[in-house]
Amino acid sequence: MAGLREISCRVVSKTVRDLFIEVNYRLGDDVLDALQHAVDTEDSELGRYALERIIENAEIAGRESLPLCQDTGLAVVFVEVGQDVHVVDGDLYEAIQEGVREAYSHGFLRKSVCDPLSRENTSDNTPAVIHADIVKGNKIRIVAMPKGGGSENMSSSVVLLPSDGIEGIKQHVVDMVAKAGPNPCPPVIVGVGIGGSLEMSALLSKKALLRPVGEPNKGDDRLSTMESEILKEVNSLGTGPQGYGGRTTALAVHIEMMPCHIASLPVSVNIQCHVARHGETII
Amino acid sequence: MKDIRKIHTPLADEICRELSAGDAVTLSGTILTGRDVAHRRLFDAGTRGEALPVDLRGMVMFYAAPTPARPGRIIGSIGPTTSMRMDRYTPKLIELGLKGMIGKGRRSFEVRESIKEHNAVYFGAIGGVAALMSRRVRSAEVVAFPELGPEAMMRLEVVDFPLVVINDSKGGDLYEDAVSRRGDARRPSENTPIEML
Repeated sequence: MAGLREISCRVVSKTVRDLFIEVNYRLGDDVLDALQHAVDTEDSELGRYALERIIENAEIAGRESLPLCQDTGLAVVFVEVGQDVHVVDGDLYEAIQEGVREAYSHGFLRKSVCDPLSRENTSDNTPAVIHADIVKGNKIRIVAMPKGGGSENMSSSVVLLPSDGIEGIKQHVVDMVAKAGPNPCPPVIVGVGIGGSLEMSALLSKKALLRPVGEPNKGDDRLSTMESEILKEVNSLGTGPQGYGGRTTALAVHIEMMPCHIASLPVSVNIQCHVARHGETII
Repeated sequence: MKDIRKIHTPLADEICRELSAGDAVTLSGTILTGRDVAHRRLFDAGTRGEALPVDLRGMVMFYAAPTPARPGRIIGSIGPTTSMRMDRYTPKLIELGLKGMIGKGRRSFEVRESIKEHNAVYFGAIGGVAALMSRRVRSAEVVAFPELGPEAMMRLEVVDFPLVVINDSKGGDLYEDAVSRRGDARRPSENTPIEML
């Protein structure tokens, strides 16, 4: 049994701050490997040209501590708080917001959050969107995910008919990627959430994006099969890198699922551009 | 890429006529940046017949808002935003002399028609290579709407900006070509809403 443990809000703020700066400058090895594989298999010359520039960009950004993309995102934070943690020196949520504020200021990141109606910028990239879970243990796990607007704009939640089934879900996801076309900066990663309630399907689709690129769903063979089938169909659309044509429209399809109401089939599709940024720290 | 053509601003009519959808180019010279609010303001001023804060004739507009520059740097990371948000204002700006646009994603029918009518061109910049593009900017200064922060209009001097022609003055459309070339035979369902592709 883990004993009760105190964790200071100051540590939380610093962790959040460091994570958002780091992931905005450095692309994960899983993404880079997937991009390199795409260069090797892409048969469109313009598509390869785009993929090579994307890899070159990651090298420059990492070397010079420059943001990979000018859209440094809406700050999405997943936080898992162990039930044996006692948070001290302040308010946990405010500590996360402070970490975001410091990252976007000290890290020279763009502030991209505004009032939805007046469109007035909040000037410090807060509020972050925080998803908190209570878990076992005496640690706090923090996942930082800056999410770009272009790919989020091509995402959606719907409730299909139970009779639509697996084929209906696959068709819907492929249609979403086809409709998105060049807009979300392909090659994309397609996060799919099936089941739960409407909002839970959206959350599952976002959590699906946190898996290492191309790692299949391990819990359910039906899902890993759907992932590879949808990926194949999506990469037959012709859209290709940046919509310039080619076979690399998506690097991966990740599906997460949970049971839903007997009358419903919620499906969310969360599209992530190739600048798939996320990182985690366990305190 | 085998053939990457070097072009310069201001964009000459002759160049615009020669460029075709799918051409990779590098662009050098002076360009402007502007996004949603700047476009609305230029559109409103142009519609009212007022003088614009910038001369658009022969100009190229980059739909971009960079990250803040570190001290000692010319500019932060910079790359294209989704162009469709500028669609409703673009034909007016083309009418006022704008010759080229740099962004990402599909344009409306009205914009594509305006490009044809006025011999203009729409370039795609690769989304998400903003550190690379930042290094190709030699100078940057705010020329209008400083209160818009990162969305202020800037004048940039750029060298060898890597771009691809999406919509040309002859009606060519690279995005259309990409899906029609590969997609038809293998598209998974007839229900895919083609009009939205």
